[in-house]
Amino acid sequence: MSDYSSPYISTTNACKLCKPLGACLAFRGIEGAVPFLHGSQGCATYMRRYIISHFREPMDIASSSLGEKHAVYGGEANLRQGLQNVMKKFGARLVGVATTCLTETIGDDVPMILRTFKREMAEQGTAHQDLPAIVNVATPSYSGTHMEGFHAAVRAVVEQLAECPEDAGRSAAVNLLPGFTSPADVRYLQEIMADCGIPVIVLPDISETLDGPALDDYRKIPDGGTSLAEIARMGCSRATIELGRTLFGHESAGRLLETRFQVPLHRLGVPIGLRESDRLFEVLQLLAGVETPEKHVLERGRLIDAYVDGHKYTFGKGAVIYGEEDLVIGLTSFLLEIGVKPLLCASGGKSGRLREAIEDVNDSILPELPIIREGVDFYEIAEEAESLSPDLLLGHSKGYHLARRFRIPLIRVGFPIHDRFGGQRVLHLGYRGAQELFDRIVNALLDAKQEASPVGYGYM
Amino acid sequence: MSNESQLIFEEREDQIHRKGEQPYRLACDRDSLAGAVSQRACVFCGSRVVLYPIADALHLVHGPIGCAAYTWDIRGALSSGPELHRLSFSTDLQEKDVIFGGEEKLHRALIELIDRHGPKAAFVYSTCIVGIIGDDLAAVCRRVSKEKELPVIPVQSEGFKGNKRAGYHAACKAMFELVGTGDVSGISPLSVNILGDFNLAGEIWIIREYFQRMGIETVANITGDGRVDDLRRTHGAALNVVQCSGATMDLAKMMQEKFGTPFIRVSYFGVEDMAESLYAVARFFEKQDSNVLSRTQELVHEELSVLLPQLKEFRQALRGKKAAIYVGGAFKAFSLVKAFRLLGMKVVLVGSQTGTAEDYQELHEITDEGTIIVDDSNPLELSSFLKEKDVDIFVGGVKERPIAYKLGVGFCDHNHERKEPLEGFVGMFNFAREVYTSVMSPVWRFVPRRSRTLAEERFAGS
Ligand code: SF4
Ligand code: SF4
Repeated sequence: MSDYSSPYISTTNACKLCKPLGACLAFRGIEGAVPFLHGSQGCATYMRRYIISHFREPMDIASSSLGEKHAVYGGEANLRQGLQNVMKKFGARLVGVATTCLTETIGDDVPMILRTFKREMAEQGTAHQDLPAIVNVATPSYSGTHMEGFHAAVRAVVEQLAECPEDAGRSAAVNLLPGFTSPADVRYLQEIMADCGIPVIVLPDISETLDGPALDDYRKIPDGGTSLAEIARMGCSRATIELGRTLFGHESAGRLLETRFQVPLHRLGVPIGLRESDRLFEVLQLLAGVETPEKHVLERGRLIDAYVDGHKYTFGKGAVIYGEEDLVIGLTSFLLEIGVKPLLCASGGKSGRLREAIEDVNDSILPELPIIREGVDFYEIAEEAESLSPDLLLGHSKGYHLARRFRIPLIRVGFPIHDRFGGQRVLHLGYRGAQELFDRIVNALLDAKQEASPVGYGYM
Repeated sequence: MSNESQLIFEEREDQIHRKGEQPYRLACDRDSLAGAVSQRACVFCGSRVVLYPIADALHLVHGPIGCAAYTWDIRGALSSGPELHRLSFSTDLQEKDVIFGGEEKLHRALIELIDRHGPKAAFVYSTCIVGIIGDDLAAVCRRVSKEKELPVIPVQSEGFKGNKRAGYHAACKAMFELVGTGDVSGISPLSVNILGDFNLAGEIWIIREYFQRMGIETVANITGDGRVDDLRRTHGAALNVVQCSGATMDLAKMMQEKFGTPFIRVSYFGVEDMAESLYAVARFFEKQDSNVLSRTQELVHEELSVLLPQLKEFRQALRGKKAAIYVGGAFKAFSLVKAFRLLGMKVVLVGSQTGTAEDYQELHEITDEGTIIVDDSNPLELSSFLKEKDVDIFVGGVKERPIAYKLGVGFCDHNHERKEPLEGFVGMFNFAREVYTSVMSPVWRFVPRRSRTLAEERFAGS
């Protein structure tokens, strides 16, 4: 459990986002899906803007647009009307309904409303194939962050749509539940799986939906995403790989596939850095039954070569790492490998697992663990960091004010990246992601050194 | 337009008008349609936009974390001094607060933050779920106000109680609590309050400087680079100069009623409106100071003699290009229509999120035949219009940008996140330069709507 509780009542500059935002992002990774917020209009508009500023892609989120009278008498009528409009105009194949604080508080029974809605649509003669799948997930932000919302949505999709008929045998496919990573990460994971010869179902797959090509026509729903047929088959897959150490021991989507359909589950940390990536490749090797392809062995070798070439630049530097817990764990694991000293690992999330996970990835590289803080805001992160004199920061854009205050580099990773270009293409995972992160960190440190030097070295 | 008619929800048909095709009529001021992806924001958003730039006040959002997180330092509302407004404060309500009520937490959070930051006043924003769980915001505010001896003002901005415009109203009501509580001695008879300018990219400083050159004192900035003590003295100004369709109009009306302060509506976008706004202010003070008009003429003349030659190159390049406008308030749309006209461009689409019947009537009057006028639009509609009209540049907010870019249409951000001032004469230059930078970029040649695919390219070459 968390061994720390905040001395403060108020929250200043939160280091987390709200739960339905995560759910919308997860739904966006499903083919033909429209994320739908059951609540008032404002939440949807805010989240869209937030997501768009990072991905620079269209991001439609429909809303049931509740007004005052609905807040008093319940939002059922608006939810139904909204669903009908989404069906009619978007041609959605899946509508992902996430609740908001408002509808959870007024107590709308969304599963029941949806059951009635589906039944009535069927009675009115709407053919089954015209009716989109409707998945619902409860996402009140007063319990949990966007990451809980993300995982809850993935779980809801699996729970409500995955199947495995009695007579169906195991397929050759492997389910991959990557968590919330960048589109570039997802593309790279797909490449790895293809290279290993493993047919894969990635859920969700935002590789194209949130990083698509220029188009001639506006698509009501972006191309790409995990198809419903694939999702339906997930119960028959021969294994599931689920990324994220905070999910260990949780009733996650992977666990659900295991208990309901007996799909063996491999739980791994988010593969950032050498060791966590090795774990992924070990599992893949096992599943593929063949050695890791040469291409990736070479990438691994080059990564270690780079670690050696750059070790003097990174050794002993102190870092503050903040953001989503699983990302923080992965980054910490990676920094430990390259001799950077994590000073503070902080998150607005509160899974209760951050300390244990960091102990695990430390694996006695450092005799003493960094300061670990769950459920904190940037006020506390700043307060804590002040006395630590870090050399660099790793996290999303919202920590930029710290970088400015301490005059140290910020390595922008994760979400959101609102003050730089190309956030959707930042690669974090695997040997290749580690290579990119390592290059960026070394260069940021060199840059800081060069800037600070009165000499103006042109040769570092 | 067969596929377009599919794109438009039947219920919304009367919120779209094509000038010249039908007699003018346009429905507006409706609730957003459930299931449509509206670009509209909530009451809270409206209040937050208006009050946010008051830089020495504490802005505490009472609610779950999202409402505060999404509004943290997202606008370029600059301050010349304190920057308390750039921090995002929330009570971050948790499940137990929702069940047992959040008043106690709100009280303790307020005390904590006031002790920590020593603000001049505090605004406490209500969000949707606070409206539901029934916390008595006003009572908590009164209590803290007494304990800490400073104004603690509730902003009744529960998101679901209307749209952004209701939020503007709530914000004005909150500010009005401060008006009339300060000392007004020493204020010049030639004095104004600047209402409805949020000092994005330092714009209010441009306007203040113009007024200064005209010999007019600015008492309070409402709210760009705003200060609580200035707000307290606003009733000492001779005139309220109100920009923007709705944001601070209610405050001007309340002040007129209670203090008899007259107001005029202005716009600082585009040459015509900018100059006319200054002249309107000058005419108001003409009786007190017969020279104010000539000083204003001089100012406008000076500014134009710099600006117009600068615009020449842009105008040549941009002549006949097509523009689309979709902005929050209709008043901004008027100015943009005129600004594009000055650049020799054609406005083929204009719309707003929250325009009123009179606003749309006026838009109808100032636009050309064939122009599409639309209220509370959505991405599907907007994209179909952009394509239909083969638009060269689209002016909108950050939510519209990806629509334009996905289709390979140029875009100009005219919302609250801009980093270059667009107001004033210098703003017209910046605007023209931005439009030029986008429209003239070579990248549009390569986008699918204007170019052949790689396969076609290869085929043509072989
Ligand atoms: S009400 Fe809840 S769902 Fe809506 S923005 Fe606020 S925190 Fe997020
Ligand atoms: S919860 Fe209400 S106040 Fe907060 S963002 Fe959503 S609509 Fe606006």
